[in-house]
Amino acid sequence: MIILDKLSKSFNGIKVLDDLNIKFEDKKITVVIGRSGGGKSVMLKHIIGLMQPDSGRVLINGIDINLLKKKELNELRKKFGMVFQDGALLDSLNVFENVAFPLRRHMKISENEIKKKVFSVLEDVGLEGHDKKMPSEISGGMRKRVGVARALILNPEIMLFDEPTTGLDPIMSDVINNLIISMHDKFNFTGIIISHDIAGAYKTGDIIAMLYEGKIIEYGQSEAFKNSVNPVVKQFVSGSMEGPISI
Amino acid sequence: MNIIIKLLSPFEKIGNFVIYTVNELGSIVIYIWDMILSVAAYFINLENLIDQMIFIGMDSFSVIGLTGLFTGMVLSLQAYYAAKIIGVTYMIGPTVALSMLRELGPVLTALMITARCGSSMASEIGTMRVTEQIDALEVMAVDPYYFLSVPRILAAMIMLPVMAVLCSLIGIIGGYIVYVYFLGLNHVTYIDKIYQYVKLSDIYNGLLKAVFFGAILSIISTYKGFQTSGGAKGVGKFTTQAVVLSSIYILFADYILTSILF
Repeated sequence: MIILDKLSKSFNGIKVLDDLNIKFEDKKITVVIGRSGGGKSVMLKHIIGLMQPDSGRVLINGIDINLLKKKELNELRKKFGMVFQDGALLDSLNVFENVAFPLRRHMKISENEIKKKVFSVLEDVGLEGHDKKMPSEISGGMRKRVGVARALILNPEIMLFDEPTTGLDPIMSDVINNLIISMHDKFNFTGIIISHDIAGAYKTGDIIAMLYEGKIIEYGQSEAFKNSVNPVVKQFVSGSMEGPISI
Repeated sequence: MNIIIKLLSPFEKIGNFVIYTVNELGSIVIYIWDMILSVAAYFINLENLIDQMIFIGMDSFSVIGLTGLFTGMVLSLQAYYAAKIIGVTYMIGPTVALSMLRELGPVLTALMITARCGSSMASEIGTMRVTEQIDALEVMAVDPYYFLSVPRILAAMIMLPVMAVLCSLIGIIGGYIVYVYFLGLNHVTYIDKIYQYVKLSDIYNGLLKAVFFGAILSIISTYKGFQTSGGAKGVGKFTTQAVVLSSIYILFADYILTSILF
């Protein structure tokens, strides 16, 4: 269980997270939606310890990650996989080496075993035959799939997805959403997705939450979320200019 | 009221500069400490280290060689005009050798490697920063200081003295070419006087300088890389800062080290 407890973070006096409280349930996919620049990525970076809060706690299975030493935090991070918005592939390494990178760093296994694992996960994400390509030679959708493969290679307990469908055409977005669902079924991880793609959220999320003005203003299962009476949620879901959300 | 604000503005600028400088120095000290902790916590990755040594050393050889050659040739020529006046042309060899070994070899090597490799270190790490590759390393439980900075800093500290010696030797050869073939002077005198006047301490003090310069340029360049923000424009800005600051600190350190060592 991941719990964000009264998390606050400000940048240059502007509160991005404001006493934020949320629980992410084990083995379920929670999608956090919200406006661009609304603090979703900041929240995600707090969960993995890339940012430290001004106040509040990030509890992973009861452990406050901000109290951990560097080495302890790195040990905990091995339980995580994260897919970045643009893949964040190491651009000096080809697809195979990018996916093999966590294995080479953290597991003492033979080259043959590395090859077997990498080719298996590349097949899972539909990228067999692309292993020798450099990140600059593949499309945005493929980069995200390589990112998914790299994040999954150590069989993480928790997967974080930072806007997995942003910048993709609707068909490729659906490919990525289906990939998340199938990988969740196969690896049974706890998933946290941040997105502003409503259709994708309904498709992939067991639970949907909405972040607005630094707080979670709605939290519930897909159906309950669709029927929310909160005017902010209603406006966001409908994509209307008119409503309480200031532009 | 406006006059008071105008009068105070220079003090405000000075205050801002002092705060910025103290903040920057503090950040560099924390950065160096983080790297020391990284080195203490993990074994050095030899593969990365060797890659960087090749990049800083072998790949820079032609640039350093040409710099040394032309500097030695110019030194020999300039020394000739002065030495001829007072009839001490036999001192051109030691002048070239001592200038190259004690001063120009280490300094020019450091400045050329700052331009060639320091800029590359800053822009490469900076690009990784703005494209979230460094965040990705951290998420994969890889210490980015250990993975990116430590091999570059160690490689620079190891290769700078080697390249400085090569630069000095090629400079001395350049001086010899001008002395013997263009000025038509005796080659035995050139070599003999170098043996007579150059001491071993001139060589190893020059090497010690090069080690410090290697540390300075690589620490500043990688630090600026990690500081990068603001997309492609930010990468350009922080790369420029890395080169300018490294060059200034090298020249400043050169004065301090020269006054201590020689």
